[in-house]
Formats: sequence, C-alpha cells, structure tokens
Amino acid sequence: MSETSKNSRRSFLKGAAAAGVGAVAAATTARAQGTPDPLITEVQPWATGLGDGVDATPYGLPIEYEADVVRRNVPWLTADPISSINFTPIHALDGTITPQGCAFERHHSGAIDLRKEDYRLMINGLVDQPLVFTYEDLERFARINRVFFCECAANTGMEWAGAQLNGAQFTHGMIHNMEYSGVPLRTLLEEAGVKPEGKWVYVEGADASSNGRSIPLEKALDDVLVAFKANGEALRKEHGYPVRLVVPGWEGNMWIKWLRRIEVMEGPVESREETSKYTDTLANGTSRKWTWVMDAKSIVTSPSPQAPIKHGPGPLVITGLAWSGRGAIKRVDVSKDGGKTWETARLANPGQPMALTRFYLDTSWDGKEMLLQARAMDETGYVQPTKKMLREVRGENSVYHNNCIQTWWVKETGEAENVEVS
Amino acid sequence: MSKYPNLLFAGTALFAFLANPVMADKLGLGRPALPEEIAAWNLDVSPDGTGLPVGSGSVEDGEMVFSDNCASCHGEFAEGVDNWPKLAGGKDTLDRKDPVKTVGSYWPYLSTTWDYVHRSMPFGAAQTMSADDTYAIVAYILYSNDLVEDDFVLSNENFLEVEMPNADGFIVDDRETAEAAFWGEPCMENCKESVEITMHASVLDVTPDTVDDAAPAEQPAAEEVAAAEPASSEPAAEPATEPAAEPAAEPAADIDPALIAAGEKVFKKCKACHQIGEGAENKVGPELNSVIGRTAGTVEGFKYSDPMIAAGEGGLVWTDATLAEFLANPRKSMKGTKMSFSGLKKEEDQKAIAAYLGSFSN
Ligand code: HEC
Ligand code: HEC
Repeated sequence: MSETSKNSRRSFLKGAAAAGVGAVAAATTARAQGTPDPLITEVQPWATGLGDGVDATPYGLPIEYEADVVRRNVPWLTADPISSINFTPIHALDGTITPQGCAFERHHSGAIDLRKEDYRLMINGLVDQPLVFTYEDLERFARINRVFFCECAANTGMEWAGAQLNGAQFTHGMIHNMEYSGVPLRTLLEEAGVKPEGKWVYVEGADASSNGRSIPLEKALDDVLVAFKANGEALRKEHGYPVRLVVPGWEGNMWIKWLRRIEVMEGPVESREETSKYTDTLANGTSRKWTWVMDAKSIVTSPSPQAPIKHGPGPLVITGLAWSGRGAIKRVDVSKDGGKTWETARLANPGQPMALTRFYLDTSWDGKEMLLQARAMDETGYVQPTKKMLREVRGENSVYHNNCIQTWWVKETGEAENVEVS
Repeated sequence: MSKYPNLLFAGTALFAFLANPVMADKLGLGRPALPEEIAAWNLDVSPDGTGLPVGSGSVEDGEMVFSDNCASCHGEFAEGVDNWPKLAGGKDTLDRKDPVKTVGSYWPYLSTTWDYVHRSMPFGAAQTMSADDTYAIVAYILYSNDLVEDDFVLSNENFLEVEMPNADGFIVDDRETAEAAFWGEPCMENCKESVEITMHASVLDVTPDTVDDAAPAEQPAAEEVAAAEPASSEPAAEPATEPAAEPAAEPAADIDPALIAAGEKVFKKCKACHQIGEGAENKVGPELNSVIGRTAGTVEGFKYSDPMIAAGEGGLVWTDATLAEFLANPRKSMKGTKMSFSGLKKEEDQKAIAAYLGSFSN
C-alpha cells in the first residue's frame, strides 16, 4: 500500500468517527484493521462449487439482489393504472442508457399486444401516393442509430407548488434514454411524396386512446425517427412494440407508440392531447400551446433520498444526469450550499444532442449537511432556472415543463430529503 | 425572430443531414392505400370541421346515451366521479389557483370533443359510438356546461356556430422571448446571501415506501397524471381508486391452471372497471369475487342498471355459459346495461375468463 492511500484511509476513518456517523453510514464502513476478513481468508461456496449453466435464463433478468431497481408508480396520482404512469429508477442507474425493462411507462389506454404480422403503417393526406407499409417493408429502408432521451412533459410536475415526493425516481423519473434503430420519417414521407400544401403531420397510435399529435413538417423532415429497436433489441410492448415514433428533444407524449398512421395536413388537428392536455396555463388564465421542446434540466441522482451516503466523510462521488431538448449539454454545475457557490462538474462524455449526459463531481465530504443542487447549461446558452424564476414567468398553475433546479438536503447521517430552499 | 434563431431546430439540422443515408430515389416499398382503408382510419376532425361526418344528435338523446355509456365514470351531469375526469364546470377558474379545466371552461375547439369522444371513449370500449350518438353526446356535454339550451340539436351543419368560451385563451409557445432571461452566463460565487429550507417533502409524506405500497393516508388532489395537481398546502382529497387488489388465485382442482393463467391475461380488459381477489371493491363495475354461481345484479352497494336488476330477478345466474353469452357482446345481449365494454369475441377468451373468475369462488 502506498503512503498516500494509507494516509487518506486513516483520515477517512478518523473523519467518520468525528462525525459520529449514524446507522446509515455505519453499514458499510471498512472493517476494523487487524481482524482478517473471512470473505477473503475462508474459501467461499461460490469459489469451490459450481454456478448456473448457460441457458439457466434464456433471457436474463437482473440478479435478485437488484430487485429494488424497478419502475415504481405513485398510486394516488391517477384514477386507475391503465391510464397512468410509472417512474424510471434513475437513482440506482449509472451511465446514460436506460435499460428497457426499467424505463418509465405512460399509457392512455393500456399497453397493447400488437404482433409484427398485424402491424400496418399508413401514410395519407396531402401526399402524391397514400401508402401502407408492413413491418417488413420498414426493415427494407436504410436505417440509422441514434441515442435520444424521452421525457414526459409532466416529469417533475408534482413539484410545482412545493417539495412533494421524496426520491429522484419520483421527482425526475419520467425519463429514459435509449439507442434507437429506425428509419427517418423523412424517408417514408419522401416515398409517399409530400404535396406543397402539406405543412404538418398528424401521427396516431393503434391503441384505443389513439393518442394523436400534430407535428410541424419542418420537424418531421428533420430528425424524427420511425423506430423499431431500442438498445439493440425489439421495443418492449410498453414502449410501443413493434414500432414507435421518436421525436428528439420534444415532449414524450408526441413519441407515438404502436404508430399506425401519419397524415400530411395543412394545419394541426388540435387533438385532445394538444389542447386539453399538454398546454400550460399562465397566471392570467391564458395558456401556452405547442410547448413541444423540453428545456434544459439536470438532477443529482446520487446522493438523493433513495440513495443516501452510506460511507461517512471522505471521498464522495456526486453524480447525476443532464439533458436539453435544444441540443447538447455543454456544462453542469453543482452546488453544495443551496446555490450560493457552484463548482463545475465533470461530464462523463461530451454532451450529445438531445440525449442524457452523465456528470460527476468527484469530491470529499466533510460529514456536514449539504444542500445539493445541479444546474445544466446547453449549447444554446440556456441555463436551467430556479423554481422561483419559473414561477415568476409562469405563475403557480403550471403542470408541465417544470425544469427547475432541484435541492436535496443531505444530512449529517448521509440521508437525503427533497426540500425547497429560499 | 428572437435572438436565438431557429432554436427549436438548431443543432439538429446539420446533424441529421450529415448522418442520414442519402436517399436519392423512391424505393417503391409499401403499397397504395385503398380508399376503404383510408376511410377506416382517417377519422380525425380538424377545428374547421374537416373530417366531420354527416349526422346530428339532440341534447335529449345525448342525455340517455351519456347516462348509459359515460356517466359511470364521468357522472350523470359530466361532473366527474371520484378521480375520473370532469367534463363540465370550471367556468371562470382559469386565472385562479387550481383552475378546473373542462370541455366548457378550457377546450378551445368543439372538434376536439367530437373527435376524442368518437375515437377514444368510452374508456374500455373506444370506437363504439356512432356518428349520431357522438353528436348527441357532444350536445349533452355542451348543455352540461350551460353553453346550449335543452332543445339544442348539434349537427355537422351548425357545428362551427357553437362558440367555445376559451377559444381565444391560447398563445403559441413564447418561451424564447418570455423566458429570454434564462439564457446567459450563470453566477458561480456569492450568488445569494443566505439559504433557508422553506419546505420539506417529508411533511407531506406522500412517497410510496415499497413496491406494493398502498395509497398513503393523505393524498394531494390529483386527477390524472397529465393534470397531476401539485401539492397544495392541505392535501385533503379522496384517495384515487386503491390499487387493484392482487388476485390470489386458488385454482380449484378440476380446472386447468393454464386456462386460469390465460384468463388472468384476459382479465386485463376488465381491470379498468372491475376488481377481484382479496379486498376487491366495487368500482365502475361490481367486484367479481364468487361471481360464478351468483345471481346477476346482486352485489350489495353497487348501483346496477335496471335491465341488470331485472335479469337477476328473472333468474339470471352467472355460469360459464350465461357469462360467455353476456361477455360476447354485453350491450347487445342485455340492452341498456351500464357495462360499456365492446365484448369478448373469441370463444377461448370467454372460456379462459370463466375459469379465471371461477378460481375466485369459495
Ligand atoms: C371506465 C371509465 C370511463 C368511461 C365509461 C368513459 N370515460 Fe371518458 N375518460 C376516462 C378516462 C380514464 C379518461 C382519461 C384518459 C386518458 O388518460 O387519456 C377519460 C377522458 C375523457 C375525456 C377527456 C377529458 C379531458 O379533460 O381531457 C372526455 C371528453 C371523455 N372522457 C368523454 C367520455 C364520454 C363521452 C364517454 C361515454 C361515451 C366516456 N368518456 C366514457 C374514463 C371513462
Ligand atoms: C368500462 C367498464 C367495464 C369493463 C371494461 C368491464 N365491465 Fe363488467 N361491468 C361493468 C358495469 C358498469 C357493470 C354493471 C352493469 C349493469 O348494471 O348493467 C358490469 C357488470 C358485470 C358483470 C355482472 C356482475 C353482477 O354482479 O351481476 C359481470 C359478470 C362482468 N361485468 C364481467 C366483466 C368481465 C369479465 C369483463 C372483462 C372481460 C368486464 N366485465 C369488463 C363495467 C365494466
């Protein structure tokens, strides 16, 4: 062992004692020196016997010890679980790609079973030739791979009026980030031939809610994807198997699942999902519509209420996610004192447009309380605002598009709580 | 334009251009869509009335159709039951705290109501309302919002004459100008003098603890996710429907467990309205424990339709056979039933559901 690491370990132990760490911190502190660790000195069962053979699980699930890393819902939020939402366990994930099995779900009339054989995609409206594609047809167009985040416009919506849910999963978990394989919508529209009067596309799903949305043609021809694979494998049923729309940077409701029809139109349909819902009422009673783009946002995922500090003072990795619907994340700052002073965090990789960016602040914890915040900045120069700044412009009645800076109060015990600060 | 030209599309245009494969010519994939196919799917209705079929319906007829198909969730007067959406009321509340957003108070276009009801409702039996029934229902929703008189008849001809109170209540996304101050160089040091905690999430205590946690004791009001009401200082509203009780199936020995398992899958179609298993309660539909062998229309505390009660009094007992007949097309086999469910057409589904329901008999 080198001199420096010995020293840092000693000071760590001293620090832990000094801070009088509570139950949380005690759990995993290093074993007292002198007593040999039986996990090392004794031959363990797994080191002598045999493990599972191949094919024990033809499609593998996470090991049982990770059973708590699952989607969760908040039952009181909705009238029933069929038109409802659950949340990605972002507090327990690292990197940027969300595994499909724990990526949040939002359905308006349940996740339907739709076989590839029964799948049809229609393009109609202001086109030279209305067309119908089968799933196999789609696979014959040149396809591309892209990573994008998908965030529900209502993510963090419960926090508008004050700190409410205790956990990053619940406050910020209506988001996932996957690598999609699919055909640019542009390619399909060109196959049908868009007429000059066409200015919008209306997209709808095959489920009972039909969940239709109108998208300006400019966006449809730019970067929208008709996707059939995510993270290398078929989409999950709950994410629209076999085919969904990917609308980079724009609110999740537009990412039509079980995509069945694309209609080129002169104007927007003004469907229920773009009038009654997904509009933002300001203090004077006027409402913003067409608020499609997701503003830059970030969240510390650990430490956080569901991911307390268990190790006592000393080296600490503060980590989280940042994203922007307007482009790439350029910088993330972290504050430990509720926004008085900020340090710039390290981005795990350079920000990619409209995809999650992982940040780390590799720091040392003195065992004292912290008011942890993260603040994202994107390539357009947009800086994530405080809740106060948002309320000043938008009033108190907003539901969607809450991208405010979140505060976790980390206590001396290492436990964290969702709070709001002045 | 703002000082952030083309912000919505910045950074993506170039990226898409460079990375997408060059598609010079059409590939000739897919096939022409037939007129009948387009007619079957192209149902959306635009604010100018494009897409509306010929037809009409009165407030009077609408009241009946609504009562039969919609009132179990949305209330007899469209005022909403429990946590299900309110479709009427909320006039002049949009600039107040916790505005009530309904078809009458909020929706800018009548076409949206027609289109949504026609294609997406009733929940669990979408696309079962005829054009005339839809006109009638929409007329009734307008009437429930005090926007038309009780003798009003809505049709494709007078559709655009109806004035929606909040038609001018919307502006196009103006974040780039209204929130221009969010662009800039952020403060790094001495950004504020003091920091106080002003609110704790633990005070509300509405976070679920475990995966199968029931609803917490106190709930903030919430309608549906999209309208997830932020915490109010005094969360007092009724709980949403409790999470459906987990069915603890005890298969009777003579019934094929695979069939029961298949039935459990079919039951997903019923879950929006029915609960079964320990702790099951009446929801939109009656609880279904021991339903096989039970006389129709007899669960205590459930408000059945008259035809259902009459059927029970006439001796209808739920058996595999009577159930299959009812479920195949509920509203055809029992005219006037409140169960707005389109039906289980497949015989294997009918068998499976009977086996599954039977597994909860005692
Ligand atoms: C089983 C319960 C149920 C029944 C029956 C039902 N609805 Fe609904 N309704 C819902 C739910 C749930 C939603 C919200 C759906 C979502 O999340 O997208 C809804 C939404 C609506 C909305 C939009 C509300 C808003 O504010 O955006 C309208 C309008 C509506 N229903 C009309 C009807 C009509 C008309 C009928 C009868 C033909 C009907 N519903 C029958 C459950 C029901
Ligand atoms: C949209 C809501 C809804 C759905 C979906 C639904 N039901 Fe019902 N169900 C009801 C209502 C409401 C009633 C009461 C009918 C009446 O009073 O006319 C009912 C009544 C019944 C009854 C008679 C119960 C009694 O006590 O006499 C049975 C059995 C039943 N449903 C089974 C099913 C099954 C099985 C499914 C799924 C395949 C299903 N229902 C789907 C709403 C629904």
